[in-house]
Amino acid sequence: MTNEAALLQFERVSRTFTTKRGVVRAVDDVTFAAMPGEVLCLVGESGCGKTTTGKMAAGLVRPTGGRILFEGRDFATMPERKLRVYRKAAQIVHQDPYASLNPIRTVYQTLSVPLLHHGIVRGRTAAVERIMELLTTVELTPPADFLGKYPHQLSGGQRQRVAVARALTLNPRLIVADEAVSMVDVSIRVSLLNMLLRLRDTLGVAFIFITHDLAVAKHFAGRGGRIAVMYLGRIVEIEPAAQLIRDPLHPYTQALLAAVPEADPDLTRNKEKVKLRSLEIPSLLQLPSGCTFHPRCPLFEEGLCDVQRPETVSVGERRAVLCHVVARQMAAAPMGPTTGDGHASDRAVGLDSRRDGPVGSMEVGR
Amino acid sequence: MSTSTVSTALTEPVAVTAGTILSVRDLWVEYRAERGMVQAVRGVNFDLRKGESLALIGESGSGKTTLAVALIRLLTKTARVPRGTVTYWRNGREVDVLALGAEDLRRFRWKECAMVFQSALNSLNPVLKVWDQMYDTVRYHESMSKDAAWQRSLEVLQMVQLDAARVLNSYPHELSGGMRQRVLLAMGLLLNPQVLLLDEPTTALDILTQRSIINLLRQLKATLGFSTIFISHDLSLAAELADRVATMYAGQVVELGEVRDIFYRPRHPYTLGLLQAVPSLTAGESEMVSIPGSPPDLIDLPSGCKFHPRCTYAIERCRAEEPALLTVGPQHGAACLRWAQVAQDREHVETQRA
Repeated sequence: MTNEAALLQFERVSRTFTTKRGVVRAVDDVTFAAMPGEVLCLVGESGCGKTTTGKMAAGLVRPTGGRILFEGRDFATMPERKLRVYRKAAQIVHQDPYASLNPIRTVYQTLSVPLLHHGIVRGRTAAVERIMELLTTVELTPPADFLGKYPHQLSGGQRQRVAVARALTLNPRLIVADEAVSMVDVSIRVSLLNMLLRLRDTLGVAFIFITHDLAVAKHFAGRGGRIAVMYLGRIVEIEPAAQLIRDPLHPYTQALLAAVPEADPDLTRNKEKVKLRSLEIPSLLQLPSGCTFHPRCPLFEEGLCDVQRPETVSVGERRAVLCHVVARQMAAAPMGPTTGDGHASDRAVGLDSRRDGPVGSMEVGR
Repeated sequence: MSTSTVSTALTEPVAVTAGTILSVRDLWVEYRAERGMVQAVRGVNFDLRKGESLALIGESGSGKTTLAVALIRLLTKTARVPRGTVTYWRNGREVDVLALGAEDLRRFRWKECAMVFQSALNSLNPVLKVWDQMYDTVRYHESMSKDAAWQRSLEVLQMVQLDAARVLNSYPHELSGGMRQRVLLAMGLLLNPQVLLLDEPTTALDILTQRSIINLLRQLKATLGFSTIFISHDLSLAAELADRVATMYAGQVVELGEVRDIFYRPRHPYTLGLLQAVPSLTAGESEMVSIPGSPPDLIDLPSGCKFHPRCTYAIERCRAEEPALLTVGPQHGAACLRWAQVAQDREHVETQRA
């Protein structure tokens, strides 16, 4: 099962947290692999486990079950000393740049500490030089103007750029960006997003990009990237972004896509809606039996979905879905390049009203 | 400046459109701060028609919330309204909102104009059950028996599709985010207001919950017929719910028009910029364009048009002149000297659409 070429691999990874009120299954049996330079977007609503998954990918939280391999090595069992190597290779950018930067450190101080500590550069002159380069990379120009600035002297967008520059200090191979563009205003968000896209393209860094916004995920994943949709700790669907948006397999993904309002009055008001059986989000302390989505699912089949826990089923080479009913339908339908038209009528929920995007390339990697 | 300027025409009370319930004329709000005066709202004009839903869109600091709060006179002590009028039409009679005395103001708030605040968790008192908070509201604004208040509370909670009896006996922390938002909405509806102000009604809610609130608002508006002003930084919410949209920038309404005009035929470069900055889900490889620069300092505003330092259309005149809303189409105004150029540049996109 181990994928030699993968940069990061999750094998049936789980993470539970013990609270006063019981055990919370934050991440439950998650499996995926990210290739070097690949973009994987984790999408889901609050409490779906996307942030915990991201933290585990960055080595900040250890799994309570399963294995996480980085370049083929299981680091969950590594001693703390060896883990440092990994922590250099995987960096995280947090959501809130107001909280993630130390308010009493200047930009220079924030960026020079990791550079000097890990011996990336030696001496102040070299540090300044490297920091200037990094600031230019994140488009804080002219860089000399920013060296002495404290976080409170920067705007939200600028702070987030400093946070990205800090993540870049150690030349990471993986960046986990947790809602990295959610806190900034619309007009600033695009340039931040485009800057990250440029890093992906020029530095070849792999991204785990966590967001609640499907449109942002689609944009960031671009042609080569994939989207994984999470619900109550599990990945319910994972596949190339364009395909997931155009022809979602899982009823939860379909419901999400149908529910997203869009900045186009005619389109958004005439969007076909998916009817869920319930709006209640189950508690993580008391997950529903069988498939955890069954109390809300429009495809619910009694005696199956509420009894049997579904397993991830691969559909074609790069698609996987966690649903009894869809898996059965896909097995019955003739395989081949899915266009969506063939099965749309089989499934209870069709989303034919949406306009098609261009067909993205489906090859592995970029 | 005579016939081509919407706003000069609008400053005359006679120009108020028929069927208007609330009209705002040349409204200014400023806050006292350490560094100087913050110009939060600068010369806003608009009419809210009966049964209509008007969206105020703009980024943080554009003055949307201050404007709404000024309409029900809930501004903080550091704020003042140096100029302007807010007129509410009560059965065809004018009520000068800014001049209301304490007693009249109490009647105006909540019974005629209610506001639903942004944070569903912070706007509810955590130590009081929902019923106690609803009863407090009723008692303060209306003489109603406890039984009648209970009945009315049940009624409005049912309107927002909640399990009314259970919710009335719950504390806020026992309810989910979506339920709390519904409770706030129900409280807003409690005294059957004519105008409902909604501040970011779906922000911070999950997608599916957000969808259910959108559907609910649409349905309530259709059945109850109240007018709404809702504030959102999220353009897609305006696309879903608004009849008309006002774009705000640096405290001013820079564009105002029917929702389809704003989304399909924007004439102010800032509105256009906002639209181009939103990633689309269903359109193909959308090219997102960012707006250069950052929002202005409201204490030290740029000269002329406040958007000119960030505007790709800006010409020399824009540095000196701040235009009022110019008529750019039927029921459509944009505060931009260069709107005709925007129209020309967008011609191929717009004709393609049509």
